[in-house]
Amino acid sequence: MRFISAILFTAILGFVFGTGFTARAFAQEAPDVGPKPPLVVKPMESHIGNITGHSADAKSDYRRYCAGCHGDYGDANGENAVWLDPKPRDFTIATFKCRSTLTGTLPTDEDLFNTIGRGLTNSNMPIWNTFTKQQRADLVAYIKIFSPRWEHEKAGEPIKIPAEPPVTVESISHGKALFTKLECWKCHGPHGEGDGPSASTLTDSKDNPIRPYNFAAGGSDSRFKCGNSNQDIYKIFMTGVDGTPMPSFADVIQPNDAWDLVHFLRTLQVNRHGKENEVLAAAHGVIPPYVEKSPAPAAAPADNKSPGGGH
Amino acid sequence: MRMWAQSHLCQKPQRVSSVLAAAFALIFLLLSASQSANALPAFARKYGLRCSACHESWPALNNFGLKFRDNGYQLMNERDAPIWQNPGYWPVTFRITPIWHRLSSLSQVDTYNSTTGAISGSVTQRISSTGFDLSGLDFHTGGTLEKNFSFYVLPSSDSTGAFHFESVNARVDNIAGSPWLNIRLGKFELNNLLSEKRTLWLTGNGGIYQTYHFIPVNDGNTFGQMGDNQLGMEYMGHSVDDRTRISAALLSSNDGSVGLITGANSYSGFFTFDQAFDAGKLGTERVGAYAFVGEAATYYLTSGGVPIPGSGIGNKGFSRVGFYGQFYLGPHFDLNVVTQHGSDNAYFGQGYGNAIASDGNGTATCTSTAGTTGCPLNNTPGQILPTGSRAPTWNGYTFEARYVYSPQLIFKAVYEAERMSQQANGSGYMGTGGPSPSNLGNINNYSIGYRYNPFMTSRAGFAYFGEFNLFQNAVGPLNSSNKATYQNTSELLFGMDFDF
Repeated sequence: MRFISAILFTAILGFVFGTGFTARAFAQEAPDVGPKPPLVVKPMESHIGNITGHSADAKSDYRRYCAGCHGDYGDANGENAVWLDPKPRDFTIATFKCRSTLTGTLPTDEDLFNTIGRGLTNSNMPIWNTFTKQQRADLVAYIKIFSPRWEHEKAGEPIKIPAEPPVTVESISHGKALFTKLECWKCHGPHGEGDGPSASTLTDSKDNPIRPYNFAAGGSDSRFKCGNSNQDIYKIFMTGVDGTPMPSFADVIQPNDAWDLVHFLRTLQVNRHGKENEVLAAAHGVIPPYVEKSPAPAAAPADNKSPGGGH
Repeated sequence: MRMWAQSHLCQKPQRVSSVLAAAFALIFLLLSASQSANALPAFARKYGLRCSACHESWPALNNFGLKFRDNGYQLMNERDAPIWQNPGYWPVTFRITPIWHRLSSLSQVDTYNSTTGAISGSVTQRISSTGFDLSGLDFHTGGTLEKNFSFYVLPSSDSTGAFHFESVNARVDNIAGSPWLNIRLGKFELNNLLSEKRTLWLTGNGGIYQTYHFIPVNDGNTFGQMGDNQLGMEYMGHSVDDRTRISAALLSSNDGSVGLITGANSYSGFFTFDQAFDAGKLGTERVGAYAFVGEAATYYLTSGGVPIPGSGIGNKGFSRVGFYGQFYLGPHFDLNVVTQHGSDNAYFGQGYGNAIASDGNGTATCTSTAGTTGCPLNNTPGQILPTGSRAPTWNGYTFEARYVYSPQLIFKAVYEAERMSQQANGSGYMGTGGPSPSNLGNINNYSIGYRYNPFMTSRAGFAYFGEFNLFQNAVGPLNSSNKATYQNTSELLFGMDFDF
């Protein structure tokens, strides 16, 4: 009897809370109807070296160069947005792909400054390197008016990038092993051509379809979204590409692992002239299987190789 | 005096009608201010950028647009090749501008004998005309054939619909992956920092830069006109951020005329260099220099007295050198400056070398003897120039100021001055035995205006515009100081400029 009472009690509680939650779910708040209020340009600043950017000074430039895609309200709803693939950045959620800071944190002013000047490859974001530094700094400040995050949070700390170790066949081999172990191939494809089994299912944080990077396309001048140097690729592993399925591996791999992965990824750029492909060519184009190092004696320093892990 | 009175009386009703017509045009423009146009400018719709991204005000380029052009109409992302475009994409833009304008200039007007009705003489009289009109029609088509292979073709008509090829060229860009190696072949605009083909002006005299076209009075050298598109081959190089730009072009000395109807073997060279600097809050400042030097024929072989097209020989030299400056004084105001020192060989100064006129499509229109309509004033072997003949030289200055109130509204003004420093005739002017008046042919050119784009998208180009131009040319009768008097021509113009 007590058992039945308990079940009934639980059922009633479940009903009450369930219906309560359900009712709450259906009881949507009335939207703020009517035309959008005029945009208020909050006095935000950016600091790039000794240059201080002011949001008020970028109002005209934002309209001229940016609003067509990113929208007057920074909500990625400009008149061109519907035609673009990938979609433009939504500044109202303040999630940025190219950062030197850990995943989930705000980028530094310099990160945004560099993104404007570098452009974003494989997207419609041009290389705005004809702007003066002051113009770019002002635009960085302007971007901040769209999200309250910039008022309440500080930018993350830039990660430390250790010196790059020499490129060796062993580092390439270990990078290849990590590429398999971390299941990078599921999105980027076994040959880095962006055709992994999951590639067609990927979406960004706004549910827009998104394609993984094709390493094999292009030649020596092919670019990555967040920079072209090995340091930039390293940064991608450790910071992730926020707003996309590309996670941060900062908690999964060690710095040396990341460098090995960089060296291997460079070999997937088959048409690129670089030291990684030279090393690979010297090995007759064959990456030897990676041999796990034997466990170190208990007294010896810990091996910095990662135990691995997927995503 | 009587004629003045007649003229004065005649002009009163004209003024009233002009004012009424202007008022009507203004009301029409204001009433239609809420309308929009559906337009598909070729590059903007390819890349999804607003017109304002590349144009300070269409069609004048800003620094980003200049870089886009220097890269061969490429943003240098991975989507420049046409394979990335929807197969239905056709890179073409049409442009024609309906206008209302008022033109006022001096003309020689016949006077009649009131008894016999026969022409008795002529007087100089101001003629003012008003009315609705059209500009010519441009078919702009350009873009990439493949990454780093670009083209531009512009068949263009006058307002009657007679077409010619204003621009036709193909370009190989970023050879060996370097922005410093770009080669273009065909008919193209010279690398003028202040582009005449992208001018914001549409009046007859304000729509061209006088400094780019100045020719001394009676000078026969029509070839050295920097404002005209020229036929030739151009090397162009620039830094990645387009701050540094250089170019060198080898051109036929025929002012862009097709058909090899002028000099048998005459060429010109056009060389430019410019450098931009960051000036903090002021913006990007750019300075540069150019030189246009070449030779052109002064003598055509004849057949039965008729100059033979393409037979021009007896080359003589000419040069145009100058300075460019583009100065931004904050986000709203910029000033463009062009200076020029020009010089023609004395043979040109005496009228020799004028091209055999073409119908614009390569067919020579000279069918009679030298010196008649369409035919050059021909030099002859052993020709001795008149006593006192000298190489005409001059200096030119162009100042164009723009106030960009917003990306949609721009106010603009131009002042140009062309000043002769040495006349071709040191003596013997018009049978007087004396030299030409020192100011003969001088020009003052003033324009003011505005352009207003009621909307800004990547799919449309539309602007209301208004302009006034006053053109003063020292070609009138001599005054008491033995100077040529200035003759004024003015034009007031309103219209709708659109491309789609």
